Amino acid sequence: MRIPGVGLARGLALTMRQLTRRSVTAHYPDALPELPPRSRGVIALIEENCTSCMLCARECPAWCIYIDSHKDVIPATTEGGKDKTRNVLDRFAIDFSICMYCSICIEVCPFDALHWSSEFEYAELDIRELTHEKDRLREWMWTVPAPVALDPNAEPAKEIGVAQKAAEKAAEKAAERPAPEDRP
Amino acid sequence: MSEALELALRLAGVLAAFLVVPLLVGQVEHKAMAHMQGRVGPMYAGAFHGWAQLIADGVKFVQKEDVVPAAADRMVFKIAPAVALVPYLVAMLVIPLGPGLVGQDLDIGLFFVIAVMGAGVIGSLMGGWSSANKFSLLGGIRVAAQLMAYELPFVLAAASVAMAAGTLSLTGIVLEWSPWWLLWQGIAMFVFFVSGLAEVQRPPFDMPIADAEIVFGPYTEYGGLRFALFILAEYAGIVVLSALTAVLFLGGWRGPFDDQLGWLWTLLKTMAVAFVVIWVRVAYPRLREDQLQRFAWQVLVPLALLQLAITAAGVVMTA
Repeated sequence: MRIPGVGLARGLALTMRQLTRRSVTAHYPDALPELPPRSRGVIALIEENCTSCMLCARECPAWCIYIDSHKDVIPATTEGGKDKTRNVLDRFAIDFSICMYCSICIEVCPFDALHWSSEFEYAELDIRELTHEKDRLREWMWTVPAPVALDPNAEPAKEIGVAQKAAEKAAEKAAERPAPEDRP
Repeated sequence: MSEALELALRLAGVLAAFLVVPLLVGQVEHKAMAHMQGRVGPMYAGAFHGWAQLIADGVKFVQKEDVVPAAADRMVFKIAPAVALVPYLVAMLVIPLGPGLVGQDLDIGLFFVIAVMGAGVIGSLMGGWSSANKFSLLGGIRVAAQLMAYELPFVLAAASVAMAAGTLSLTGIVLEWSPWWLLWQGIAMFVFFVSGLAEVQRPPFDMPIADAEIVFGPYTEYGGLRFALFILAEYAGIVVLSALTAVLFLGGWRGPFDDQLGWLWTLLKTMAVAFVVIWVRVAYPRLREDQLQRFAWQVLVPLALLQLAITAAGVVMTA
């Protein structure tokens, strides 16, 4: 038979037990949270990698990336050669008041110009301040954490294989070629 | 002259207790409730574990705008918080802290306190009725219904103690008290405490406020200082209820070294009961309005009547 009031007593016991335990609250402003390396805090930009291809701006579901660029003409180096053109980035801005942190711009960038940083303390008193221009986005780059280490038995990254092959080839060539001072 | 001075001192003491102890209970509630829920509660105000949080809250409330709804009954709306608060101040006047340590020792202290506590509820009712808001009105009606239902077991339980002690004076009851009353008057203590909780509208009996159902009941339209007064009334109510429970059922200042430390015993017992009030709030969800009524009439009133019979038998046997 169930004794009436057992549930009530159990409720009291539970809350009392919780009172004697240490609370598990994260003391946020005093102690920063330990965020996983791929947390989506703020988007950082390596301006040098950007070719103003506009892929990120076009794929952005919230239309929060603004890009202005112009073409620079590089005159031909040889006589009668063709002039080259190059994209120069004038403005790159992300409006974080619109951004929904979907990460599509970062996935879509072919030149790895955009990265996630786990910094998240960039609240502003004025909503217009939340539009980060390219110099501010560049500054965030310093806070981007290193990529997560691979699993112990994982295949090495493709880039490493390519770089290794190139290095080996260069070494071979150097061995074949005689040293510069021996040349007549 | 010295008599006037003594009276002034007593009144000042009661006023100080009235201003300090409810804040103390409020702070204990902040911290104890937080830790019972695995949180830490206020940590910043006053630099050490948020001890000044309620003072900061008070300053905030004072700064706020005093709004009276256009359709409200202005006069009633404005005096309602005072009507809710003052009775508890008056009640504190007659609750003894130690032998002779009382604002005013009345021969009918128990009767007086219970009458005055009933009046405190009128403030909520006035607030609910005058706000011209349907949620306030619902809350006000719930207050009235709750008062009707719980005043009866409250008074019956108190009457049981008065019968056992043979006096209505609170000081006299403490002097008559002896430890085995804990057993003899146990049911009365339970009934008194529970119906007292309902009377000061504390969870799990806070249906008049029930923020998930009717916004904030009678206090919906209140803001700023008037709202703060209502909240202060709630905590003063806890203090009065706890002190009454301590004095009537737990022997007031009786305890080891009670000739010197009597007042400390009363305060300790009061704070212990206040802690239970907070504890119960954390542990239990709010009852439904019909459950509240059924609990009062089908459980508490019969229990109180049973206790009266037990007390009567005890009094006759020991007489």
